[in-house]
Amino acid sequence: MPRGHHDIGGLPGAAAVDQTEHQLSDWEILADAVNQALGARGIKRTDELRRAREEMDSAAYRDMTYYERWIASIETILIEKKILTKDEIDRRLAEFEKEWGEP
Amino acid sequence: MMEDQAMSGGHQTDEDHGHEHPKHELSYYAKRIYAIRDLLLEKGVITEKDIQDQIEYQEARSPANGAKLVARAWIDPAFKARLIGNPKAACAEMGIDATSINEFVVLENTEKVRHMVVCTLCSCYPRPILGRPPDWYKSFNYRQRAVNDPRGVMQEFGLELPHDVEVRVHDSTADIRYLVLPMRPEGTEGLSETELARLVTRDSMIGVMDALPTLPPS
Amino acid sequence: MGRAVNSEVGKFKPGDRVTVKFEDRPGHIRTPWYIRGKTGWIERVHGDFLNPESLAFGRDGLPQRTLYLVAFNQSDVWGKSSGSKDKVLVDIYEHWLSPA
Repeated sequence: MPRGHHDIGGLPGAAAVDQTEHQLSDWEILADAVNQALGARGIKRTDELRRAREEMDSAAYRDMTYYERWIASIETILIEKKILTKDEIDRRLAEFEKEWGEP
Repeated sequence: MMEDQAMSGGHQTDEDHGHEHPKHELSYYAKRIYAIRDLLLEKGVITEKDIQDQIEYQEARSPANGAKLVARAWIDPAFKARLIGNPKAACAEMGIDATSINEFVVLENTEKVRHMVVCTLCSCYPRPILGRPPDWYKSFNYRQRAVNDPRGVMQEFGLELPHDVEVRVHDSTADIRYLVLPMRPEGTEGLSETELARLVTRDSMIGVMDALPTLPPS
Repeated sequence: MGRAVNSEVGKFKPGDRVTVKFEDRPGHIRTPWYIRGKTGWIERVHGDFLNPESLAFGRDGLPQRTLYLVAFNQSDVWGKSSGSKDKVLVDIYEHWLSPA
């Protein structure tokens, strides 16, 4: 198995560390809280989430933001554990998107 | 209020948490967390109180906790020994809840040794003490360079070290969480404990810089 | 650093020289690629912990594995001959370590 896309210590080609910080958006705070809540309830372990992140598509891993990767991993683990289905999430999201609409 | 916004499905915020995008403009996964949350609540997998509790837990955690520990260690050698010897117990003494850390190790900086902490594999960080890690700590550039160019990273944060100082980079790959105990700056004998805490930056407890040499403007 | 930790199962002690195994197997591995095959020494015995390689797949993480803080000279890890005293230290599980 090749080196994982997450296993990047010492890889060449890194640039200066960007020290800009951003305030967390609502969705990021929510992702953080849902993740921690699932852990507190014993639904999933941090190790499972890490593994899901390591298994995701490598291009997606590099392109997604930190909390996007968390959400993708949370979804993978919840589906894997048969707590939710992708179909349910898609349908609920479609309902929300109708509400949110365009201005 | 932040809690209401995070818990409601729909409306936009006027609060200042960075600029909030209208929800239809969010990215694919950003939108999905709202659907996921809604379904988890509906199915009783987690409750609204669970989410609220986690938001509050996180809000209560910040670098100020770490700064309190460091300032106390600077003025009280016996506390410093307790902090290094049994960090979780020392936190409890100061009213800081470190119980969710599996194993906690404090790394003491000296004239001859500086420590720096990274998680090259993901973003492990002593969240129960310091709160969420800064974006840069989670960045690919930091995770790649911290282990093979720590001095270069320190330079970017304004810290230049002579070659006879040993730099020790810790890669937290497991359940151990590390906190750097920066050196007390010279000439600070006259400062109160509260003032000393203001010299202890988050970045000095990660180890990319030393503590501030003088009080920052209020 | 800090209190000594007794391990029920650990076979290495501080000061022992160890080499990180260069295994290339699938699954959730917490031994970074850059340190595999490198030789260092035990700095601290952290104690016994559930195995993340098992936990990551919903299993119980047993038997526990002894976790060590292993120190390496930067010059040994990256091949630089700067004569620097700098070190890199990694938390590594016993099953990834062989006596050097």
